[in-house]
Amino acid sequence: MTKTTSTKAGISRRSLLKTGAAAAGLAAGSGAITGFPTIWAQNPITLRQFGTGVSNINAIAEKCKEDLGITLEMTATDSDAAAQRAVTQPNSYDIADIEYWILKKVYPSGVIQPMETAKLKYYDKVVPLFKTGKLLPDSVIAQGTAPHTVGYVESKDAKTFAAGETGFFTMMPTIYNADTLGIRPDLVGREITTWADIMDPAFKGKTSILNIPSIGIMDAAMIMEALGNIKYADKGNMTKEEIDATIDFLIKAKQDGQFRAFWKSFDESVNLMASGEVVIQSMWSPAVAAVRSRGIACKYQPLKEGYRSWGGGLGLASHLSGAQLDAAYEYINWYTSGWVGGYLNRQGYYSACMETAKEFMSPDEWGYWIEGKPAQGDILSPEGKVMEKAGAVRDGGSFEERMGKVACWNSVMDEDRYMVRRWNEFIAA
Amino acid sequence: MVAVTEPATIASKARTRKPVGRMAALAAYLQALPLFLILGAFLLLPLLLIAVVSFWDYDFAAMYPDFVTFNYTETLGSWVTWQTYLNTLKFAVIVWAITLFIGFWVAYFLAFHVRTSSMQTVLFLICTVPFLTSNIIRMISWIPVLGRNGLVNSALVEAGLVSAPVEWLLYSDFAVVLAMVHLYTLFMVTPIFNTLMRIDRALLEAARDAGASSFQVLTNVILPLAKPGMAIGTIFVVTLVMADFSTVQVMSGGQSASVALMMKNQMSLLQYPAAAANAVVLLVLVLLMVAGILRIVDIRKEL
Repeated sequence: MTKTTSTKAGISRRSLLKTGAAAAGLAAGSGAITGFPTIWAQNPITLRQFGTGVSNINAIAEKCKEDLGITLEMTATDSDAAAQRAVTQPNSYDIADIEYWILKKVYPSGVIQPMETAKLKYYDKVVPLFKTGKLLPDSVIAQGTAPHTVGYVESKDAKTFAAGETGFFTMMPTIYNADTLGIRPDLVGREITTWADIMDPAFKGKTSILNIPSIGIMDAAMIMEALGNIKYADKGNMTKEEIDATIDFLIKAKQDGQFRAFWKSFDESVNLMASGEVVIQSMWSPAVAAVRSRGIACKYQPLKEGYRSWGGGLGLASHLSGAQLDAAYEYINWYTSGWVGGYLNRQGYYSACMETAKEFMSPDEWGYWIEGKPAQGDILSPEGKVMEKAGAVRDGGSFEERMGKVACWNSVMDEDRYMVRRWNEFIAA
Repeated sequence: MVAVTEPATIASKARTRKPVGRMAALAAYLQALPLFLILGAFLLLPLLLIAVVSFWDYDFAAMYPDFVTFNYTETLGSWVTWQTYLNTLKFAVIVWAITLFIGFWVAYFLAFHVRTSSMQTVLFLICTVPFLTSNIIRMISWIPVLGRNGLVNSALVEAGLVSAPVEWLLYSDFAVVLAMVHLYTLFMVTPIFNTLMRIDRALLEAARDAGASSFQVLTNVILPLAKPGMAIGTIFVVTLVMADFSTVQVMSGGQSASVALMMKNQMSLLQYPAAAANAVVLLVLVLLMVAGILRIVDIRKEL
């Protein structure tokens, strides 16, 4: 399963994380973390982690072994397979590394045990986005499956989510980002400011959206709303009528020849953009970086309606107890203590515990990735490759500008099955 | 598909044998047993399971043993299914016609125009060279050739033949058919070449002696005798095209749908019972098509 699914769409945005990860582990991991007992080295403990997110990064497993003596066995799957495995094979993993919308599907079946926030060393450092849904006190809570809505439960055995902050966390957030449209600034020939621009007749036959129903429908919703065609009550949980309106609109655009192609995997989106087949399309941030690394201008264009965001975290399997549970807590505390956070920030993602990550980044890196300042020197990827030259500014600016403008989160709809059926009609039309 | 007919063949042979005694009859069954076990365990049983699962209920996480028919009513009641089947059949017919035409003439050339058998072998091996790389690579290599800034378009634009790149070369039905013909022609060449090589050359000489023109030799002798090979090639090509999903997805840029692609979408969303229902419908259709082909041509005649 691992081999075959790891190339598929759901996780592809992160599949390039693992490239050259070993080298980076050596390069970036010189500052050893202190203060953790090394008892696991004498009493070897293995934690089996599976999921969609950071399970792909071998450097993390190596660093974990080095710092904690805990052996991490990682398995990466696409998001649908992850949801299924989480529910149907609860004994096959110790740590679930999944996105929040998957958690919403999975948690009620009782396979994930809530963690006590008192045992989470860096709980206080978790950005408020995951606690209240607001990054800044005046932020507007985004639509869709916002992480804080599925982040807490009232008690250890509760199967429903709590309305506000409690002492029981369902998952420790780890990785998240804001997605938008990618453009070829050299080929679009004008300012791109809104999601509606992808439907501009000038770009007929030169646009693409992704063919992963659960995410594609959200991008379509952003476009529909930007065009003023419809106002969704909740983009992340559409009614049948809203789904119909959205899909009918997509079918019409497809038949008018607005789209060049639909992509399913990371590399397809890179190739479409790099070859000039499309000039504006749904994209993921590492794909933009991959196009740019070929020396082709590509921009992750911030849009006035805001971003479509996604987030993931680590959850504890229900069967964990005793020493294994302690080790799992220790792993999660290590995870949020900064090294991994710095690594993820340097990938262009965001860490949930920003303060701890800051200590593992150079001031220039912090300035470029998080504060939106122009780079002082070359910005290197964790693999040591030059990503940006001095003077570059990150698309979309600072962390607060980007994550503060989230319009909706990836989500699972009540009418999921109906949506998928209609989406298939769109592809077949 | 060919494999399915084998137990029947063996069984009928066993039946026609004179009953010498219980032991002999038993021996025949014993001879058939290994193949029966293999096909039973790895073909019939899985098919049976697919058929059973197609009646189950499901949600995102699991399948629930049940007897519901909505997987079929949803599949057959949707215009998408019909359009997708039509689209797939369209690809099958076009690709079949083109591969049959090309395949026959390649085989004809190899069988009748190349004189030495060593040269025949060499040329035939050359036909198979592309198969040394994977299916996917051969398909994807078309993209830089056909793309907007690809080889063909750059050549056309630079030669001044067209002012703007030709868009329909890639991510279109044309691209799908082109890639499929490229991928599947050899499946037509091989069986036709095989049957052409078995044609007794004396028949051709006899036809000539009887005053037949080259064209008459072709239509009255070679074509009828090549039918079994054509039928086998047809079965290969049609079943391959009907079950194809990657070519359609990659070459149409996700713009076109095929039955297998529809199934793959359902499976990646873990809607296995729906995909199973689809698989059963496709299987029935393909079996009917193969049965039709076998009715028209007796492939055993020349094997």
